[in-house]
Amino acid sequence: MKKLITILLLAAVPLLGHAAGPAIKLDKAHVDLRDQASLQRGAQLFVNYCMGCHSIQYQRYNRMARDLGMTEDEVRENLMFNPDHRIGDTMTIAMPKEHAERWFGTTPPDLSVITRARGSDWLYTFLRTFYVDESRPFGANNAAFPDVGMPNVFWHYQGEQRATFGGSEDNPVLESLTIVPGTGSMSSEKFDDAMRDLTAFLTYVGDPIKVERERLGIWVLLFIAFFTVLAYLLKKDYFKDVH
Amino acid sequence: MSTMTNFVAWIDKRYPMTQVWNEHLAQYYAPKNFNFWYFFGSLAILMLVLQIGTGVWLAMSYKPDAELAFGSIEYIMRDVEWGWLIRYMHSTGASFFFLAIYLHMFRGLLYGSYREPRELLWIIGVLIYLAMMATAFFGYLLPWGQMSYWGAQVIINLFSAIPVIGPDLGVWIRGDYVISDVTLNRFFALHFLLPFILAALVFIHIVALHKVGSNNPDGIEIKQGPKGNRWSPDAPADGIPFHPYYTVKDIFGIGVFLFLFAAVIFFAPEMGGFFIEYPNFVPADPLKTPEHIAPVWYFTPFYAILRAVPAVAGSAFPGVLAMVLAIVVLFFLPWLDRSPVKSVRYKGPIFKGMLWMFVVVFIVLGYLGTQPSSPFMTLLAQICTILYFVFFLAMPWYSKIDKTKPVPERLTP
Amino acid sequence: MSADGVDLKKRRILTAATSVVGAVGVGFVAVPFLKAWNPSERAKAAGAPVEADISKLEPGQLLRVKWRGKPVWVVHRTERNLRDLPTMDGRLADPNSETPQQPSYCKNPTRSIKSEYLVAVGICTHLGCSPAYRPEIGPADLGPDWLGGFFCACHGSFFDLAGRVYRGVPAPTNLEVPPHHYLSEHVILVGEDGEAA
Repeated sequence: MKKLITILLLAAVPLLGHAAGPAIKLDKAHVDLRDQASLQRGAQLFVNYCMGCHSIQYQRYNRMARDLGMTEDEVRENLMFNPDHRIGDTMTIAMPKEHAERWFGTTPPDLSVITRARGSDWLYTFLRTFYVDESRPFGANNAAFPDVGMPNVFWHYQGEQRATFGGSEDNPVLESLTIVPGTGSMSSEKFDDAMRDLTAFLTYVGDPIKVERERLGIWVLLFIAFFTVLAYLLKKDYFKDVH
Repeated sequence: MSTMTNFVAWIDKRYPMTQVWNEHLAQYYAPKNFNFWYFFGSLAILMLVLQIGTGVWLAMSYKPDAELAFGSIEYIMRDVEWGWLIRYMHSTGASFFFLAIYLHMFRGLLYGSYREPRELLWIIGVLIYLAMMATAFFGYLLPWGQMSYWGAQVIINLFSAIPVIGPDLGVWIRGDYVISDVTLNRFFALHFLLPFILAALVFIHIVALHKVGSNNPDGIEIKQGPKGNRWSPDAPADGIPFHPYYTVKDIFGIGVFLFLFAAVIFFAPEMGGFFIEYPNFVPADPLKTPEHIAPVWYFTPFYAILRAVPAVAGSAFPGVLAMVLAIVVLFFLPWLDRSPVKSVRYKGPIFKGMLWMFVVVFIVLGYLGTQPSSPFMTLLAQICTILYFVFFLAMPWYSKIDKTKPVPERLTP
Repeated sequence: MSADGVDLKKRRILTAATSVVGAVGVGFVAVPFLKAWNPSERAKAAGAPVEADISKLEPGQLLRVKWRGKPVWVVHRTERNLRDLPTMDGRLADPNSETPQQPSYCKNPTRSIKSEYLVAVGICTHLGCSPAYRPEIGPADLGPDWLGGFFCACHGSFFDLAGRVYRGVPAPTNLEVPPHHYLSEHVILVGEDGEAA
């Protein structure tokens, strides 16, 4: 027990900031939560490519419709693939845990608050830094998340990305990522835009009230400021009595 | 009007309403020269009330169950109408409560508010601070995120580091061999209970304050000065009635404080990871420690002291002891200060230098507590830890030899 | 206190203004706390309208669906039942459904949209028991005059096959007909008025 404590105390290396795995430079996602078209495209990508394995179990379809400026029927037609789901349900998946563990060796995490845990920039970087690595079970590795346990689901858009390593043989250091020309159906800019949309959608899912909260916040601050000015004048007036 | 007077008379015959109002507000004479440092007492009370209010509301939707706790927070944040606001008020409120308390305590340090006859007032205050730390610690486990879990793990292991009884004590606190559903459930009960003890302590704190009267930036006892002011011939000449003067002043202070509070709630509720730590958005996983564990900012100075002290013979206990002593030493402050004057205004250069050194040391320790340890950081933390204790333990000596300025007879504006 | 030439009028105005704005502020703060008690999104989702498929419901049969945690009955009345309904009027407390226990589109002799289908909340209007469905004509225990209906065994209330309460029983009003409409010939959506309503 004592050993454990010592290990915990001495090995605990605290750092504020998003736990971001290795220190690769993160690209700025520059998401715009007010751009509903971008969020809608992101939602489309999410339900088509991610939701096979990843749930967003705290997000409700009807709230997504409301917040992203879609009608409930549009969501039913384009974004709801599970016939058992109703519009007020949360966006869960049907994959049983045991299957997931057998297929991937791990349970694909729920992504409701992934951007709050790791940050939007990390997610944006992660989505774009898969590279071919035959030694991995799914033939893909990731620069932002080494030895990630998932395949690169967007490879046909992005194309085959190859990594070049420097450093020594024992300690290889990732130097650059290059896409094999002609292997992807999207240009690099287009792909970045698509991943930005997806990142924006998951950023929205992480904190769906954010836009509304900030809109309301302005009024709250104005009100408190007005009250404070009145209180100051009152205080000043009373303290005329005090010499 | 006469109906009102009759009604008040009816109550006063059965309950000392008017008497309490007068004794503690309308005819409670406080020194007339309070400056902005005197806002933080009432601000701390406001935060306590807000924390209890928002906390009770959160408890209506929160589930103290290892399977459900994390999800119930997201349920509050998304599905409960306005739940996000109540939750952010509570999480931000914890930090603002500590902020107000730290500034309130520093005020006491500045003006010698712990000196005779206010020793008990100060000691009750330190008890309040301890109760707050316990409340915050229990509360931090409740979101059941990675930081909740591993933070609690580290703190409970501090108790396990106590020689002989430690390991059993750790198991007893957890009610299990690891932090589990049992621990969560009891921490929830304690997190709900402690604020009421806190409120009782605050009541006792105010009773003690009104017995001895408020100190002031000059550190002069107005009760010993001349008598007679425009409100009463018996009241201290340098006193003004708390109500309306300090009530309106405090209301202004509340306005400014709430402005900053709302700014954080609406625009930066995580405060860059200081108020809500990012790893806490990952559900607790007993098998996977996050890469970096750091307590919330209000604990980091003590955490840095804990880490600064090296293990002796494989035992982390010396570090734990140092951390405990860093807090316990506060109880003895009234007897450590031997200066003939109370307020920093009339103390000499040595005390002033030591005080500012202490402020810097406390902030540096707070910063180091958030950072990963490295040889340089550890050395810096060790120096700061020593200086922290020097400030207190050398005080009987340096406060006595320090040159002081003459204290005026009456309050200065 | 006006000794130093303090402008008492100004002070009164400032006091009033600060108090009013402060009170409004406290009012604003109270709103989220009060609204937090409303049904949450989860409760609303659980209480969302439910579909009842009546394609296999034979005449004389009853189908139960759960809506907002309460049993909702769909009864396929027989032709005999429909002929019997008007003859009941004399025994009933509110034969013409004057008490608003049904949406306006069901304030008719059969208390329904399509006369053969009764949709009603299966909760006795007395103290909340769920009455038993007794479609038999003249069974031994209920007597030869019984033309089918509902019997609440808790306190002995009777309702006819339109959910109308008998006279002189503990239950004060007819059974509640929930808002509902037909999505198609065989599917009823319980919990939501139709667009025409």
